[in-house]
Amino acid sequence: MKANSMVCSYLWLSVLLLVLSVPCMAQGNAVEAAVSELASERTESRVDPLPASFAEALTRLLRGNIKEREQIVEHLSTTGHPRAQVVLEALLNGELFELKADGRPVIGAENQGGYAISDALTGDALGYVGRGDIAKINLTNSLRVTLRKAIGRLQLRSGDAASRLAAVNAMITSADDKTLELLRTFEATERDERVLAAMRLIFALHDLRSDHKSVRLNALDTLKEYNSLEVYNRLSVLVDRDDDGHFVEPDADVRKKAKSVLVKIDARRQFYSAVETVFFGLSLGAVLVLAAIGLAITFGVMGVINMAHGELMMLGAYTTYVMQQIMPEYLGLSVLLAIPAAFVISAAVGIAIERGIICFLYGRPLETLLATFGVSLFLQQTVRSIFSPLNRSVTTPEWMSGSWQINDFLSLTWNRFYILLFCLLVFTVLLQILKRTRLGLEVRAVAQNRNMAKAMGIPTARVDALTFGLGSGIAGVAGVALSQITNVGPNLGQSYIVDSFMVVVFGGVGNLWGTLVAGFSLGIVNKMLEPHAGAVLAKILVLVFIILFIQKRPRGLFPQKGRATEA
Amino acid sequence: MNGSEPQTDQRQDKPFGFMVQPRASNRLDVTHGTILYLEDVSVSFDGFKALNGLCLYIDVGELRCLIGPNGAGKTTLMDVITGKTRPDSGSVFFGQTIDLLQMDEPAIAQAGVCRKFQKPSVFDGLTVFENLELAMKTDKGAWATLFHRLGSEQLDRIAEVLQTIGLQEYASRPAGALSHGQKQWLEIGMLLMQEPKVMLVDEPVAGMTHHEIDRTAELLLSLQGKHSIIVVEHDMAFVRSIARKVTVLHEGSVLTEGTMDEVQNDPRVIQVYLGD
Amino acid sequence: MNGHSFTNHKAGSVVIALVAAVTVLVPLCNAVFPDGSALHFSAYTVSLLGKYMTFALLGLTLDLVWGYCGILALGHGAFFALGGYAIGMYLMRQIGNRGVYGDPVLPDFMVFLNWKELPWYWLGFDQFWFASLMVLIVPGSLAFVFGWLAFRSRVTGVYLSIITQALTYALMLAFFRNEMGFGGNNGLTDFKSILGFTIQSEAVRLALLMISGLSLIGAFLLSRWIIKTKLGRVVTAVRDQESRVRFLGYRVEMFKLWLFVFAAMLAGLAGALYVPQVGIINPSEFSPLNSLEIVVWVALGGRGTLYGAIVGAVLVNYGKTVLTGLLPEIWLFTLGAAFVLVTMFLPRGLVGLLVRDGKES
Repeated sequence: MKANSMVCSYLWLSVLLLVLSVPCMAQGNAVEAAVSELASERTESRVDPLPASFAEALTRLLRGNIKEREQIVEHLSTTGHPRAQVVLEALLNGELFELKADGRPVIGAENQGGYAISDALTGDALGYVGRGDIAKINLTNSLRVTLRKAIGRLQLRSGDAASRLAAVNAMITSADDKTLELLRTFEATERDERVLAAMRLIFALHDLRSDHKSVRLNALDTLKEYNSLEVYNRLSVLVDRDDDGHFVEPDADVRKKAKSVLVKIDARRQFYSAVETVFFGLSLGAVLVLAAIGLAITFGVMGVINMAHGELMMLGAYTTYVMQQIMPEYLGLSVLLAIPAAFVISAAVGIAIERGIICFLYGRPLETLLATFGVSLFLQQTVRSIFSPLNRSVTTPEWMSGSWQINDFLSLTWNRFYILLFCLLVFTVLLQILKRTRLGLEVRAVAQNRNMAKAMGIPTARVDALTFGLGSGIAGVAGVALSQITNVGPNLGQSYIVDSFMVVVFGGVGNLWGTLVAGFSLGIVNKMLEPHAGAVLAKILVLVFIILFIQKRPRGLFPQKGRATEA
Repeated sequence: MNGSEPQTDQRQDKPFGFMVQPRASNRLDVTHGTILYLEDVSVSFDGFKALNGLCLYIDVGELRCLIGPNGAGKTTLMDVITGKTRPDSGSVFFGQTIDLLQMDEPAIAQAGVCRKFQKPSVFDGLTVFENLELAMKTDKGAWATLFHRLGSEQLDRIAEVLQTIGLQEYASRPAGALSHGQKQWLEIGMLLMQEPKVMLVDEPVAGMTHHEIDRTAELLLSLQGKHSIIVVEHDMAFVRSIARKVTVLHEGSVLTEGTMDEVQNDPRVIQVYLGD
Repeated sequence: MNGHSFTNHKAGSVVIALVAAVTVLVPLCNAVFPDGSALHFSAYTVSLLGKYMTFALLGLTLDLVWGYCGILALGHGAFFALGGYAIGMYLMRQIGNRGVYGDPVLPDFMVFLNWKELPWYWLGFDQFWFASLMVLIVPGSLAFVFGWLAFRSRVTGVYLSIITQALTYALMLAFFRNEMGFGGNNGLTDFKSILGFTIQSEAVRLALLMISGLSLIGAFLLSRWIIKTKLGRVVTAVRDQESRVRFLGYRVEMFKLWLFVFAAMLAGLAGALYVPQVGIINPSEFSPLNSLEIVVWVALGGRGTLYGAIVGAVLVNYGKTVLTGLLPEIWLFTLGAAFVLVTMFLPRGLVGLLVRDGKES
């Protein structure tokens, strides 16, 4: 076991070194490429006349040597031909080929062993060919660098502001004099404020190296507004001493100003990191609330401890998995459809549990707890037998993956964002059901005074079953949300059951708002502790806190008041 | 317990209070002849005033009857005296010096204020004898209880109480097998075992036959003088048969006090009971 | 005194006589009959029996708090595990330089984590007497602190159950951490010797079986005596009508605490006897599922009888041994069904079927 973990850590170390070395190598190559680029410009540009047409340029791109190819690439980026960008991107991705039959340049996408090709010049589809029918255009590292720059220039011409912005942003770390020159020409015609801002950032960063103090100071003035990691890193280097003990920035005034800018940026960075912590906390809280809110109904309103609640969530998560298996082409739709499906399935199982077991055990909460625990074991093993004990992966639809990059200091992952929204939606709907519908009225009546409700002709047995079904159905819906952020496996429920009970008890039994507040605050506290204490310790601390809290206030944050609770 | 001395009993907001055992019962001061003082006591549940500025004084050895319509605050009053409910304001003193509001239920019970519940609550699984033994006034700490042995004096005491409540023949029966009336008597017996200064008796004759009611009345009358007794009861005939002084509660405060005749002829009482 | 628990008393005596018979006969058989004879118990069987004894002891302690005082502790396994860790620490230090890394003081996992010296809480565990003391004191202290807070605040019923579960869950997470210094995920294992004797030897196995059996008998008799005292009656009264007991002048929380701590210490003892017999202790012993399994032993056997817990623990664990060997898939179904069926149809457990309750007599 120990030897194993040693081997493991060595493996990890080597992987890490490998990963780290890749950018270093790339950098080395970039320097090399820049040198050769300059050289080629001086010597060969005069020798070979530029191609007359786009078609000719493409042909020469296929046939020419490396130097020639670089030249053509530079040229293509200035032609303004509508296909130029597509072709260059295909070349960069290794998707540009020469069709052996007629020497035509084609763009090919791998498709079941062969390639689906289209004419590079016109974009017309040309059907499928085998692997041997086309020849790949090889790339060198220096050509790749040239290509990226060329594509960047093309993107700067793009009509779409977002892709212009992306092009400029991609240049921030690698801007050289030539790029700057290029950018300055585009600046004159650029109208989009965000693209302009990004350009100014590059200019200002460049100005930091200026010989004139005033230019450097002006640059700092510009830079202090930017939430950019690059700015922060550059300035941090600037105010430091180099290896010889000299300041990188010779002028004291500039250093002082740079320091004040750093402080400002740092303050903003901390603010955004606090925002991010709160967001992560809220999203964790949303998961907790989703997990706990069904429990809040069954436990809070009915006084029933449902230890199988976690397994009902698990059923919801597996429903999502099955839906994706049924309709693999429509991942996004399958997740949406899984929501009602999970609700129905979990609610049905919940009602079966209530009618089959719990309704015989009312007034004996401890026995209910044990019996439902038995049910939870049963459900776990059932799932294990059907789907195997291994975790199943549920694919996250495209619109939920990735993150929302607000600036260098703040990016919010979409899946967490959607879960937060989803949680609030479920909460609102539930609250409306309890407040506005006949069922809600009956549920509240039974919760407050079962005998009185019965006397008034409310079918309490039916209400119990429906309430339990409602709580269980919400557990299933929560399971759909969980399937997007965690592994779907037979133990999914178990890992949430203690947490969700803590949330309900912390918030105050029988109080949905309490559950909401408790879930969010526990989530935020957890995430705030994590950087200092680590995830596991943070969780332990939160648990200990709740244990102590319950002992101080046994009825939670928002206790139900009144005579009934005195007994 | 002197006013300046820190109070020693357990409360939620005094976590270490229980470490010091109360010795309140040793210092009961009744030199003014009054054993229980309730002054300006208010309790509210979610805005509903169960007790509203209630004032009540009970004399040493007195048998007092409390009557009043439902919701008048009779049970809440008992809850306040025995420490089950904390009033929002007001003071409750046992004798002149012992502040009951600073004490929790066990401390109040050990000090000598004991209670019979509305619903007879004896321990069904234990025998009548064991029920009385549990209630007996003695050291009630965990270790002392573990090594507890009944002395002959204590056996005599149990026998005496069994005699008083008329359950000698049932001593070894499980309490759960007793009739409703017998359970009520057993609970009164459990009160007596605690050698109380004040007995709070909540509805002692509910569900009893006439014969049983008469015997209960006899029992309570025989106890007055030795103990101060507060009886809450709805059965007016029973109240008439035992009461010297009656207090009428209405909407959480004292409506009137007096003999049964005075009270029954008071127009306010008639209005409260019968409406306009 | 009274005929109330006479039949239960008799059944309890039968069960404990069986335990005594196993305790005496198994070592006797192995001493008399040579290895390979039909009456010579294999090392596996001896360990298994010893393990069942410790489980029975554990079940007994839960029955004390649940069956007699109404405290459904869903974290009782934590005390068992703590007792196990305490003796496990002693056994780790006994390894000395026989470990993989050969460090005379530090256990292997600490060497692996690059620790330079023993954490302070490992000091003293090289002494058997100290470790034995800790077996009782550590679980006892945890139970005291936790119980003191919980009972004083009058946390009862399902709330109490849930926070005891949270307690053991938190402990499990904590012990999974390498930084805790208890071997993290792998726990403590690879034990070599106990009090100088090789831990795998037959003599040690038999001795452990006998000690487990004697502990079980001792704990049973002690618990039965406690239940018969006035303290036992107060505790039962607390189970049935907690607030009434308070109005009789008893500090209910102190009685609960007394019993809870007592049970926790015995559970620690059970854990300490368990670990040398199975040769490992790891954080999964803290898992909430383990604690719930203890509950099912007691529920199945019949709570509030003491011997029912012994019967339940042995039956369920025998079933587990057989089923996980034959059809591992079936085990959780069986356990789940046991929970449901017992709570719904056998509120007094299996012994409730066989033994008349004295109450009606």
